[in-house]
Amino acid sequence: MTETISTAQYIEHHLVHLAYNVKSGQWHDDGSFWVLNVDSLLVAWVVGFAFLFLFRFAAVRATSAAPGKLQNFVEIMIDFAQGLVKESFHGKCDLMAPLSLTVFCWVFLMNLMDLLPVDLVPRFLELFGVEHFKVVPTADPNMTFGLSIGIFLLILYYNFKIKRPKGVLKEMFTAPFGIWLFPINIMFRLVEECVKPFSLSLRLFGNMFAGELIFILVAAMLPWWSQWLPAGAWAIFHILIITIQAFIFMMLTIVYLTMAHEQH
Amino acid sequence: MNINLTLLGQMITFAVFVWFTMKYVWPPMMKALEERQKKIADGIAAAEQSQRDLELAERKALEILRESKEGASHILDAANKRAETIVEEAREVARVDGQRIVAHAHDQVQQAVVKAKEELRSQVGMLVVMTAEKVLHRNIDAEKHRDLIAQAIEEI
Repeated sequence: MTETISTAQYIEHHLVHLAYNVKSGQWHDDGSFWVLNVDSLLVAWVVGFAFLFLFRFAAVRATSAAPGKLQNFVEIMIDFAQGLVKESFHGKCDLMAPLSLTVFCWVFLMNLMDLLPVDLVPRFLELFGVEHFKVVPTADPNMTFGLSIGIFLLILYYNFKIKRPKGVLKEMFTAPFGIWLFPINIMFRLVEECVKPFSLSLRLFGNMFAGELIFILVAAMLPWWSQWLPAGAWAIFHILIITIQAFIFMMLTIVYLTMAHEQH
Repeated sequence: MNINLTLLGQMITFAVFVWFTMKYVWPPMMKALEERQKKIADGIAAAEQSQRDLELAERKALEILRESKEGASHILDAANKRAETIVEEAREVARVDGQRIVAHAHDQVQQAVVKAKEELRSQVGMLVVMTAEKVLHRNIDAEKHRDLIAQAIEEI
């Protein structure tokens, strides 16, 4: 990049993924399905493995005697996730608490990448010839949809597992208006279920993408000596947003799965 | 910003991460938590138990104290009684002994008196005989007049 680059170019440059086309073997996003956004996946893996490593490390060394600082932290997180699950879900399900914890921690860490200065990682990787690098995985709809579709599949699985296909069908026909309005019931149900993955992923994606865009805009449009003020203020505010978005994602996961377990 | 293969990659990653958390993070942490819960519960139970034991022991100690006090007073009473009887017995023995000694002494005195009387009598007899001899200037044959002397003695 040179000094003469325009604002629009700068912004555009920051919105392109480091992409790899699996089919053609080219490092270029040509809009086909066979493209991997390597940057999103890589960052997601790094922070995800950091989370798993930390928690696994604590779990291996977990003791029932007086816990150390790390174990205390991990126990607090586990209590937090389990408490939220128990609050709304009263059945027995070994998956839900670990799922919620993973969702919360992972999404939080991915969101946290938003607080890195926008040019830090891309500039650094530019030294190694990497042209584009988007560092916030949750600002990539592929990532958020990946999460929400996974949860959607779980919702379907638990619906069928708990109520059996017969129960699901009966529910679709009769709830909420009774059997005589079954076409409306079915429509309602389909919309209700299909909206869930979108509501989950688009909310997270929207927040993170907008947040990142504001950082990019600040970096692109303001002179360097005044950037600290709006970027700093936005970063402080953003700490709240990334936490809340991770929390909402987890909470909705729990609520949706609880609804899948419950009979109408 | 197209939907592409990344979606699939993310879904697989998600599944693996959740599986890993469920399999390798959750159980050991839960185990530790449950063990600690159990430890704490056991500790509280043990504390309550020892509290109860303490109360029981205190009550038992009081009981024992009371019993021993009772026992001591019993023993004291018995000892007092025994002392009284011993004194009584000693007194009795002393009394009997005293009586015996007095009686013995009495007997001896009696005997001495009889003996003295006897002697006195015989000596008086002799005196009488000697006096009579002197009066009669004649030797009274003691052998001959034994019966006479004896008679005189009898009459004194």
